[in-house]
Amino acid sequence: MKDLALRALDAVTRGGVTYADVRAIDTREREVSTKNGKAGNVSSSESQGIGIRVLAFGCWGFAATSDVSKEGIEAAAALAVEIARAGTTAKKHDVVLAPEEKYEATWVSPCVIDPFTIPVDRNLATLLAIDRELRRDAAISLAEASISFTRERQVFASTIGSLIDQTRTTSGAGFSALCYKDGEIQKRSYPNSFGGQFQLKGYELIDELDLASHAPRIAEEAIALHSADQCPEGTFDLIVDSSQLGLQIHESIGHPIELDRVLGTEANYAGMSFLTLDQLRRLRYGSDIVNVVCDARLEHGPGLGTFAFDDEGVPAQGTDIIRAGEFTGYMTSRETAAAVGETRSNGCMRADGWARLPLIRMTNVSLQPGEQSLDEVFGADHAIYMETNRSWSIDDKRYNFQFGCEIAWEMRNGKRVRMLKNPSYSGISTEFWNACVAIAGREHWTLWGVPNCGKGQPEQVMGTGHGASPSRFRNIKIGSAYAG
Amino acid sequence: MPVDAAAVHDQVVRAARGQGVDEVEAILATSNQALTRFANNAIHQNVAELSSTLSVRARIDGRTARASTNRLDSDAIRDVVEQAIAITRLTEPDEESLPLAEPAEYRKVDRWSEATAQVTPHERARAVAEAIAAVESAGQTAAGIYSTDANEFTLLNSRGIHAHYRETMARFSITAMADGSSGWAKTSACDHRGMNPLELALSAARKTTQSAAPRELPAGRYTVILEPAAVLDLAGQMFGDFSATAIRDGRSFLNDRIGKQIFGENITIHDDAWHPLQAGAPFDGEGVPRQRLTLVESGVVREIAYCRQAAAKAGVAATGHGFPLPNEYGEAPANIVIAGGDSSVEQMLASTERGILVTRLWYIREVDPYEKIFTGMTRDGTFLVEGGQVTAGVRNFRFNQGLMEMLSNVEALSPAVRASGEETFDMVVPAMKIRGFNFTEVTRF
Repeated sequence: MKDLALRALDAVTRGGVTYADVRAIDTREREVSTKNGKAGNVSSSESQGIGIRVLAFGCWGFAATSDVSKEGIEAAAALAVEIARAGTTAKKHDVVLAPEEKYEATWVSPCVIDPFTIPVDRNLATLLAIDRELRRDAAISLAEASISFTRERQVFASTIGSLIDQTRTTSGAGFSALCYKDGEIQKRSYPNSFGGQFQLKGYELIDELDLASHAPRIAEEAIALHSADQCPEGTFDLIVDSSQLGLQIHESIGHPIELDRVLGTEANYAGMSFLTLDQLRRLRYGSDIVNVVCDARLEHGPGLGTFAFDDEGVPAQGTDIIRAGEFTGYMTSRETAAAVGETRSNGCMRADGWARLPLIRMTNVSLQPGEQSLDEVFGADHAIYMETNRSWSIDDKRYNFQFGCEIAWEMRNGKRVRMLKNPSYSGISTEFWNACVAIAGREHWTLWGVPNCGKGQPEQVMGTGHGASPSRFRNIKIGSAYAG
Repeated sequence: MPVDAAAVHDQVVRAARGQGVDEVEAILATSNQALTRFANNAIHQNVAELSSTLSVRARIDGRTARASTNRLDSDAIRDVVEQAIAITRLTEPDEESLPLAEPAEYRKVDRWSEATAQVTPHERARAVAEAIAAVESAGQTAAGIYSTDANEFTLLNSRGIHAHYRETMARFSITAMADGSSGWAKTSACDHRGMNPLELALSAARKTTQSAAPRELPAGRYTVILEPAAVLDLAGQMFGDFSATAIRDGRSFLNDRIGKQIFGENITIHDDAWHPLQAGAPFDGEGVPRQRLTLVESGVVREIAYCRQAAAKAGVAATGHGFPLPNEYGEAPANIVIAGGDSSVEQMLASTERGILVTRLWYIREVDPYEKIFTGMTRDGTFLVEGGQVTAGVRNFRFNQGLMEMLSNVEALSPAVRASGEETFDMVVPAMKIRGFNFTEVTRF
């Protein structure tokens, strides 16, 4: 693959460019799922290709191909330059990149058990054992469980002389139980909804999740929700579990701090951001106990946003985003760093495979653990505790959000007094984070994986990481999803 | 990258037979996609992708699994067949599994424009530059895309199915922005010459001007006029439920509602792959010919989609809406046509004493799967209508709206058009005037 990357770089350099980088990528995936006692999707795939990005005539051009023959590479290289030339038809200024060092490196993500050595029949046996537990009560009309693995090797080569060989292995697993009866659908999922938990790990993640032991409770809760009270409407203290808080971070902090959104380059699709440049180091984003980082380094944890170098050859870094409640930093790229007075990118450019251009993407955007015990977080006189995301929506500048969860409980003095169905909460991003009054400590902190973050045109899907522990928020609007 | 599908299929069948497997299906897809993206009145991302994929499914004694590759040399083809067979042998047999589909006749559709397949980066750039100039001359900032795709795929199986489809598709969308307001427009067409980027740019700019200094109105129930893209992105969320498998799973809102009046009498919906404004193949993921379905007739749910397996279970004929196997979801309609009426948007405005005109909806997610309540936001062109005309732009609303209620409250429909949004696939839908639409919150802009 190094030869392939270097051949492509050579081909494009001959075209006369200011800068170029090439990513040669080989991806292998496996997906196994079960549904109501049977195999669901059993599939494997491999994909190999090359993406060539050039800066010529002051404009970007990008061409990707799965044809890695000499002719295929040369055609893609020529097309990338031609596309850059076409960009001059509507150019305002030349693209200028922040300087970066040259790196030669090989990095392989930690992986204790190679998931591709585990046979498909063992994957199915694991999932079918969960399925049996979920369907012990016939009221469960749909039991689903899934496992997926991805290994991506990428060789990055650039005209500044970098040659970076990275291999990342990610795994994911989860299950859900759905109960339809009496004109109502209720569903519970574990360890998270929409596929479960995903991390930069091998098969050891599946073992660690101990999925089957949680299946009976999840099925019971899906059935019990049918006889639970409707979540009330009103203003309450809200306690959020760590998986839901991970998505809250993703939507109301992670996306707003993308500097390309702030600068308007995502305006037509994903939207812009309320975090205009004048807000940096001025905005009270959260309460004093809110500390958020964007950290792609391995020491932050095995997140879907963990790597050694980003997709324009910048080393992984950790950046303070919110420090003691103050907004302190954006996610940047080599092209955008100067817009916030930085001399160097903080390494957040990521691409969805060989066929896509790198964009500013979340790495691991995490709420740092707090100093409260779990008892202190849950210790409010009266609060609503919500678990596991069911729906999520936020406006295109990331002010107004609404989340629904699968299940909630009314809490009094730290005790669950009744189960509530169809819970939801809503608000304005900065008001929500300023209402944060308690964050549980490191022992309750989980680095969640969001495998399906969409952005860009053509759309790119990216995995991002979000560390969080259960937290409490004061006077939050609850129940508006069913209002009116 | 021309690929001989028949030759690839022969290699697949030979490799499978060499492993003692007779039932094998191959899907060969090639794609040539290009997109010119602009923002801040300049082209900033400009990309092209050329790719091929071979996907092979084996079926052995009621077991099935799929393996895919994008390498098409002989070794890779043999490897992907061996991989498909190896993982198939490790799965559990399913007593409901069916033999591969039999050959069938497909009603032809022509959705290929050679001119669109040959559009160059320079042609896209010129159209983009003209659109930007129009927005810029209004003192506004433009962002958007112009894409042209040429896709081709062939589905073959060892029982003799040879289903081939090719399609070109062009898309143009634009957002015009000024301090405090924005406007948006989008279109798509199989032939790029059917699009008018400049007209869309002018429309987006007009909306931006018209919505300057937006007023904040209280949340509540309003009469709304949803332009076609807004109807598409909201109503389009429900069609995955018109599925026999979804009903069997208990995840469809149509459980216990088939044959019942759940929408107003002015709502009729078909699935029609041959509608002149539609796109997509005339066969499904197993090669079964698509049938035209009457999903909703005068507000009553009439028909749903059946993949082969769901059809066999129900004792009916497959409708040609199945996804490639193996999958958990079964089937879904793919060519939605909501019948229009004879009202124009202008007539809807003129008949509205007080209401909200909505250009576009955004970030739509399901709140309640059985009541089919969705939440989301208005975006890029939300207006107050008073005394029969647009009087001001308004700050964007969050809605929480049940679709059955919404489609029971439709007071007027425009003729149906091909609409393109960002929340679901393109459909043929009308604009709608709807009473009592439920806005629950207001955002800051």
